[in-house]
Amino acid sequence: MTKHTSNLKAEKIVGGVHASPRHDSAHKHVTGTAVYIDDIVEPFGTLHAGLGLANVAHGTIRSMDLSAVRAAPGVVDVLTASDIPGVNEISPSGMNDDPVLADGKVEFHGQPIFCVIAETREQARRAARLAKIEYEELPAVIDIWDVDVETHRQVTTPLTLKRGDAAAALASAPRRVKGRMRLGGQDHFYLEGQVSLAIPGEDEDVLVYCSTQGPSETQHMVAHALGVPSHSVAIEVRRMGGGFGGKETQANQCAALAAIAAKKLKRAVKLRLDRDEDMLATGKRHDFAIDYDVGFDEEGRILGVDYTFALRAGFSADLSGPVGDRALFHCDNAYFFPHVHAKSAPLYTNTVSNTAFRGFGGPQGMVGAERVIDEVAFAVGKDPLEIRKLNFYDAMGVDGERNITPYHQKVEDCIIQRIVAELEESADYAGRRKAIAEFNAGSPVVKRGLALTPVKFGISFTKTESNQAGALVHVYTDGSVHMNHGGTEMGQGLHLKVAQVVAEEFQIDLDRVKITATTTAKVPNTSPTAASSGADLNGMAAQDAARQIKDRLIDFAAETHQIPRDQVVFLPNRVRVGNEEIAFNELVRQAYMNRIQLSAAGFYKTPKIHWDRAKGRGHAFYYYAYGAACSEVSVDTLTGEYVVERTDILHDTGRSLNRAIDIGQVEGGFIQGMGWLTTEELWWDDKGRLRTHAPSTYKIPLASDRPKIFNVALTNWSEAYEPTIHRSKAVGEPPLPLGLAVLHALSDAVASVADHRICPRLDAPATPERVLMAVERLKAQVAK
Amino acid sequence: MAAAIRHELRFILNDRDVVLTSVAPDQTLLDWLRLSQNLRGTKEGCAEGDCGACTVLVGKRVGGELVYEGVNACIRFTGSLDCCHVVTVEHLAPNEGRLHPVQQAMVDFHGSQCGFCTPGFVMSLYGLWMRSPDPSDFEIEKALQGNLCRCTGYEAIIRSARAISSYGRVSEDPLASERASILARLARMDDGSRVEVGEGGGRLIVPADVDDLAAVLEAEPKATVVAGSTDVGLWVTKMMRNISPAVFIGGVRELRSMSEENGVVTIGAGVTYSEAFDYLSRRIPALGALVARIGGEQVRNMGTIGGNIANGSPIGDTPPPLIALGSRLTLRKGAAQRTIPLEEFFIAYGKQDRQPGEFVEAVHVPVPGEGIHYAVHKISKRREEDITATLGAFHLELAADGTVKEIRIAYGGMAATPKRASAVEAALTGKPWTEATIEAAIPAYEQDFTPLTDMRATAEYRMLAAKNLLRRFHLETSGAKVPARVSRYTVAA
Repeated sequence: MTKHTSNLKAEKIVGGVHASPRHDSAHKHVTGTAVYIDDIVEPFGTLHAGLGLANVAHGTIRSMDLSAVRAAPGVVDVLTASDIPGVNEISPSGMNDDPVLADGKVEFHGQPIFCVIAETREQARRAARLAKIEYEELPAVIDIWDVDVETHRQVTTPLTLKRGDAAAALASAPRRVKGRMRLGGQDHFYLEGQVSLAIPGEDEDVLVYCSTQGPSETQHMVAHALGVPSHSVAIEVRRMGGGFGGKETQANQCAALAAIAAKKLKRAVKLRLDRDEDMLATGKRHDFAIDYDVGFDEEGRILGVDYTFALRAGFSADLSGPVGDRALFHCDNAYFFPHVHAKSAPLYTNTVSNTAFRGFGGPQGMVGAERVIDEVAFAVGKDPLEIRKLNFYDAMGVDGERNITPYHQKVEDCIIQRIVAELEESADYAGRRKAIAEFNAGSPVVKRGLALTPVKFGISFTKTESNQAGALVHVYTDGSVHMNHGGTEMGQGLHLKVAQVVAEEFQIDLDRVKITATTTAKVPNTSPTAASSGADLNGMAAQDAARQIKDRLIDFAAETHQIPRDQVVFLPNRVRVGNEEIAFNELVRQAYMNRIQLSAAGFYKTPKIHWDRAKGRGHAFYYYAYGAACSEVSVDTLTGEYVVERTDILHDTGRSLNRAIDIGQVEGGFIQGMGWLTTEELWWDDKGRLRTHAPSTYKIPLASDRPKIFNVALTNWSEAYEPTIHRSKAVGEPPLPLGLAVLHALSDAVASVADHRICPRLDAPATPERVLMAVERLKAQVAK
Repeated sequence: MAAAIRHELRFILNDRDVVLTSVAPDQTLLDWLRLSQNLRGTKEGCAEGDCGACTVLVGKRVGGELVYEGVNACIRFTGSLDCCHVVTVEHLAPNEGRLHPVQQAMVDFHGSQCGFCTPGFVMSLYGLWMRSPDPSDFEIEKALQGNLCRCTGYEAIIRSARAISSYGRVSEDPLASERASILARLARMDDGSRVEVGEGGGRLIVPADVDDLAAVLEAEPKATVVAGSTDVGLWVTKMMRNISPAVFIGGVRELRSMSEENGVVTIGAGVTYSEAFDYLSRRIPALGALVARIGGEQVRNMGTIGGNIANGSPIGDTPPPLIALGSRLTLRKGAAQRTIPLEEFFIAYGKQDRQPGEFVEAVHVPVPGEGIHYAVHKISKRREEDITATLGAFHLELAADGTVKEIRIAYGGMAATPKRASAVEAALTGKPWTEATIEAAIPAYEQDFTPLTDMRATAEYRMLAAKNLLRRFHLETSGAKVPARVSRYTVAA
């Protein structure tokens, strides 16, 4: 865009809120001109780093001979723990358990021990393989399935939620079922792997271009590792090639190493992990072992639940504490539990430290909720959907008692009934349930299954201080606007949504608002772009900044025209000042001439929320987002192979800021959730080596894995119960657990081999193998 | 007759001729584009040919035509590009501010989110659009099997793909309108010489023809033979192995031929999966369904059946079906050729019946006659673009009385080599083709196979699924009217 002419007669601006402008970078994505960290033209003399990874799961380093590494062609330096000038520690929880480079002891296979710096990346990678390291191997705990949850070492303080008396409710319940579910983890598989480019500056300064969701935290970690004040470190990121939580804390290691090398060698240093290294050395979604004990009546109404959510934390705390917390926060999904006791157990294992992943434990909690629903449904012989509906929280506006969560927050905005009712109708659940029964009766090998599962997802960081955001808005004298905020772009369209908010505030066309790279130098102390909060927090902060400037412009216009403030009205690309209309650009120019400040820093903090972790009580979430999915599958009971025949989704994003973007989030979230629960399997061998560490072995969904028929709609009637940004709702994480519909449809198909009399207890990921083995198990039980 | 030797590699990159007198044998096209040419629209997502972020088109001359195919630049060696046309996303630069139809469709239908995979999708869709301007959903999905997207859930990309032709015509695309002149430029580059570049531990050789290849390998018996590089590429990008001297055979004309005589299809060792299956699926329809289960489109455009055989993997997808068909293999060393039953080529894990300096020249595949039941069933964790957990191929001839006259059953993923289920075959032969016979033969699997547990499947699952594939084969050949498998496509591939 070189020249801009504003339409001064427009009735509506182009690209305001509730419109659906395309992703701001779409034209750059398709032409290959969108710049990711590895695409930045390197400064002269840039060096490249490669990692040396541990090849035992647990042990002490007896000796380390790096002479061949140092002597390899192109090698400039090799960094070990002793080269770290500050603190060898990047634990986001401050637990001092996350070294940048292993120092003396190794706690998982793939842990970085040293970092080679060479003239080329290939030289660094080749050299890294020449190390001779001897270990004193120690016993390793690889998975959590067989450990004693009560006594096994935990990496951080667990959480317990309780309301009422679960033990008594269970003891007196007419019906009771206990069980355990194994739920696998998930690799983020962002297409752009971890990468940082560090450029040394004068004094202690360093600028790091880093693919990070949390620039401020990366800044603090780099400063910590360098032993310099945070003011010496700047982190910048224009966009990531995907994040999904995998670049919330996991970006820090590459950033710190690149920065340390750059400062030491006084040359720019880039560290970009190979895909295999990325998957071996960085954390993933937590696997969970979910123990449940549910009491219910003959109708299928849940009376009491006891849960233990044991999670594979890996070797350090990282975010495992809050991930376990969020699992508990969602162990109810959309259901009211009159009596509940739930605890988390973040277990130490000699595997990579697990971390944030879209949903942050929430989806795992919901899997536990939905398994319990299935158990109850099979026990009382009813369609699981009936049991779901029977146990929902009271609908918004109902003055009932079934509205208190296990963490004592009142659910005030529940719209799941209407969503499920509309979806049941549009997907013809009842008609297809009947058709499927008929099909299955005549089809001994291929069985169909159907499930409709709800989602209720709590929106806010449970770490209260994270619920704040800043923005910086400049209006230049030509009326063009520079927008910056603390959120990061990873494909979710955050920058576009915030730009829409700013355009709406000033009533100027969207292309007048320049989106700029996130940098710690413009907006400080920001929260990671996580917890679905990006648009809620940063949209509000940017709106605040824009309003400050707008207020000054109104004051200025009112004063110079001697009219009341309410007679200054922002119209599309112009401002009505009394009886006169004046172009926005012209008003801005006049304001500048009169020395009006045209720049503002905006700020926002989410109201109402509080959380007392020790007591397990609080108003943890500002509001909830809702949705539901209905999936139908076909399963081959000879091989366990399956096809998703159809999925219908109805999802709530309140008064959507951008429906096109939100539809993309819902479609993508569902497929990612489906992948987690079906074909994405992380597999460690008996030596603790992750053997699914590349797309050849780790299978995320393909285009041909999406449902044959895929109907996705957003509610057109809901709006946020609280005054969120333009009454929209968050959309990043809530759609992911819509994928549960596929797991439960598979379970339903499997159940058909035993005439729906036995709960299949299908574990996840439900690979064809697990599906077949569940079929075999049910057939064997029937035969008994 | 020794071929003339040229010490430079020649090809066209987008719109300009490239002459390289120095290029390492393990130089990948992706690194060359990004690091040497600063063309950074092409991305690295995995460096192993599985994600497609690095997709570029390579135009190669096939029978006087210029054919463009999507390939994975991350595992394609620059040395394999002699006399080819490399087209990257930068070649689709906006024309007077207007985006290319593929790009505009992707923008309008919200086909990108984070955008990192997008150039690869654009190139795959571009390749598809040129050969099929109004593709079916099956064609679109098949063309995108080698492209991973983690953000969109693909739906928006499929919507874009369906709409491309409403934005422009293929005939107006530069690669169509300039095809003749590009072809002529490539023809001028091709002087019929052997190409040799580099020295010492970094040499690459592109033989002039098959006789020259034989001569090269006799002289260099330890050379790495590279056909499609879908396997050797990973030796470099993941294992950091030295492949010098590398002998690139993908362009050897004689190895790229296919012919049929007396019901036997002869496939040259340099014929890609895409080319071979294009023909084979018409002659042997059961193989047509298999091709959509092998790799992604880019891998099928690069990988060869010869390579799939020669590398001896126990999980290669073509040896079991070819063994079940009774295929034979021709090997050549110098001027000497020998032809053996394909199954005898596989001796043990990592060990094949191939002498130093010897190479796979062709495989001969008998087309099943009338009345033969032939089927191939692959099981993998993810349906498409995944490596086999177990794959069974069945070739059945029934006698007039309904008994089994002859059956050949071969499996992949069940042993250290692709292997016949001899005990099962024996248990079936001469018996009536009934469920009772099948069930009586099932225990024989335990004699034939002792599969492994690994990240793809447990031994238990492999064994059970393998047995059940025989049950499926029986169901589908005994007139049972019930569906015995699930299918993604209502119109079966």
